[in-house]
Amino acid sequence: MYRGRKMLPVSNWRLVKELTTEGSITGNEAVIRAEKLTKVFGRGASEALRLRREGRSKAEIEKATGATIGVLEANFEVYPGEIFVIIGLSGSGKSTLLRLLNRLIEPTEGEVYLDGRPTSRMSARQIRDLRRKKMGMVFQHFGLLPNRSVLGNVVFGLEVQGVSASERERRGLEALEMVGLEGQGEKRITELSGGMQQRVGLARALATEQEILLMDEPFSALDPLIRREMQNLFLDIQGEIKRTVVFVTHDLDEALRLGNRVAIMRDGEIVQMGNPEEILTNPANEYVERFIEDVDYTKVRKVEVAMVDPKEVAYRSEGPRVVLRRMQKAGLSTIFVLDSERKLVGLCEAEAVSRLAQRGEGSLESAIDRDVCRVELGTPLRKVLPLFVGGNLPVAVTDERERLMGVVVKGSLIAALTTESEVEEAREEVDPEAGDDSAGLSSSAAAEEGASR
Amino acid sequence: MIALLQQGSGYVPRIPIGSWVSDFVNYVTNNFSGFFDGLSKVLGGLVGAFDFVLTILPPWAMVLIFMAIALWLGGWRVMLLTLVGFGLILGMKLWDDAMTTLALVTASTAVALLIGIPVGILSAQYRSVETVVRPILDFMQTLPAFVYLVPAIILLGLGNAPGLLSVVIFAMPPAVRLTLLGLQQVPKETLEAAKAFGSTRWQTLVKVELPQAFTTIMAGVNQVIMLALSMVVIAALIGAGGLGTVVYKGLSTLDVGTSFEGGLGIVIIAIILDRITRNIGRGRQKPGGKGGLA
Repeated sequence: MYRGRKMLPVSNWRLVKELTTEGSITGNEAVIRAEKLTKVFGRGASEALRLRREGRSKAEIEKATGATIGVLEANFEVYPGEIFVIIGLSGSGKSTLLRLLNRLIEPTEGEVYLDGRPTSRMSARQIRDLRRKKMGMVFQHFGLLPNRSVLGNVVFGLEVQGVSASERERRGLEALEMVGLEGQGEKRITELSGGMQQRVGLARALATEQEILLMDEPFSALDPLIRREMQNLFLDIQGEIKRTVVFVTHDLDEALRLGNRVAIMRDGEIVQMGNPEEILTNPANEYVERFIEDVDYTKVRKVEVAMVDPKEVAYRSEGPRVVLRRMQKAGLSTIFVLDSERKLVGLCEAEAVSRLAQRGEGSLESAIDRDVCRVELGTPLRKVLPLFVGGNLPVAVTDERERLMGVVVKGSLIAALTTESEVEEAREEVDPEAGDDSAGLSSSAAAEEGASR
Repeated sequence: MIALLQQGSGYVPRIPIGSWVSDFVNYVTNNFSGFFDGLSKVLGGLVGAFDFVLTILPPWAMVLIFMAIALWLGGWRVMLLTLVGFGLILGMKLWDDAMTTLALVTASTAVALLIGIPVGILSAQYRSVETVVRPILDFMQTLPAFVYLVPAIILLGLGNAPGLLSVVIFAMPPAVRLTLLGLQQVPKETLEAAKAFGSTRWQTLVKVELPQAFTTIMAGVNQVIMLALSMVVIAALIGAGGLGTVVYKGLSTLDVGTSFEGGLGIVIIAIILDRITRNIGRGRQKPGGKGGLA
């Protein structure tokens, strides 16, 4: 369905994702490995689990045993430097799962391995050391101390570890600078807005320089603009320091934006896991499908998915006759013109080229329309869409050195914005047995849509 | 139904709680008199020490010191109030009695806090302690003071010691309750954050819980002082000196004027102590600037 994808060079963006996603294949050890991780709240855990394995629903089990299954047999691995996002509706167990990782909540069954070492046999002291040195945490409601200054909050983790005062201050100020709060260390927490407070929360987790960062809906309490800003800040910081991040959210846009891999949870179980593309294109079940229904594809998907290989290109040095012949052979009405370094020069329409050919001119130059629509790799589809308003010309996709990487035409764009299930739905609606006029109309529309892919 | 109940009352045997208690007190008196003598000396000595410190300087010097404290903790309004109030006490020639009362109140508040705050902390940490402590607190607050005055005299003799004990019993509960409340009101998020960064229990208590509960605990301290003052007259019945004795004497001789003067002295001390202590917790919470930069 996305013909363009296979043929094209992988963008930087996807390269990063695939490297981290396939860490296991390239021999990287998982930093965190959860094995059949299960948490039941309340008494009667074994009974509740038995009922669940018999296929009873969460509500039924609660009624019968009084116990709530928070997380059921979660299996996953997190690799060094990746952002692993856990997403689900409220009550799906995502925050519980996160807390099972640093044992803020004790698992009922299952095991968490950190660097291959099982954590269930660790003593309270070892767990404390783990929280001090290995994994930091950022909270939805910040969890800052109102009686302390900004800097006092940032150095909290270091203070608990017994780091000396001067060292604390040095690292605290460093962390403040990272989150863009330099010079604000003496302010009171209550003076700061929500977004600023969460920067402090982030700085607190950065100051301890732990390898793993657990983030529990860190940006959910912020308003959308600030949330966006914080996501960018976080990605910037992550780009520099490359922590291993487990990120919990209920916001799918956020998950797709930040996540190298995404796990979707429902009623305590992980129902699908994969990179954002996989989840969008192949939702594992109806739940995931409903979950991703509201995603604005044009924001998430990049131009690469709508891009196809140009069938033919022309070179600046070529004569009109050669080019015209090539266009006729390929059935093209327009052709992109490149220079000798494969850099994009412009676009030629067949009509103009044939005029030149008739006049017997030797150079293509005067037929080249240089004012051509072009976008770079990685541009969201949302920005590509307006370029098609009021025109039929293809849009060129270039890399950062202006070399032509592919083209977007109307048909490929429509295909990229439609999922398989939508196509199926449309086909079901045009069931031939439904005989009235409106059905007939939509059937032709769907047929066209089907043809365009 | 009623008939049955009337009949029933005949069937419930006399439960001799009273004689059990007096037996218990007798037993304690006979077997632990040494301990209680010692305790009496310690408690009496404590009040005496406070009294000594408060009367070592001439009244005008003390008034200046009190005004300085009032200015520091409560601001210039409270300082003026202190000047006027203590001037009035001096004018009524009740200075020595007022200082004795102040000594009793300060000593008993100190003891009440020394016991009450740790008990409050323990109750917040352990559910079981709270379950035991709560009914005891109810008992302490509602049992009429006269009931434990008698055993207090028997065990500790007359004077400041039983006075202090009865004041402590009556005034301590708010220290426990408000410490407990303050700690329970600490947002769970901050506790979780502390835990997630590897705090030990002690670190969490000292760095996270107590600082955030400070305002509420100070409200408890204020309550303890006020309750202690309200017990002063009753403590006077068993030989604790001070303004309570003035009131009590006036009462027994039907001298309205004297008892009113004594009462007014207590009220003045109460108001001044209240204004000074009520702002301690709040002052701390005030942000450095005008806040609300959001």
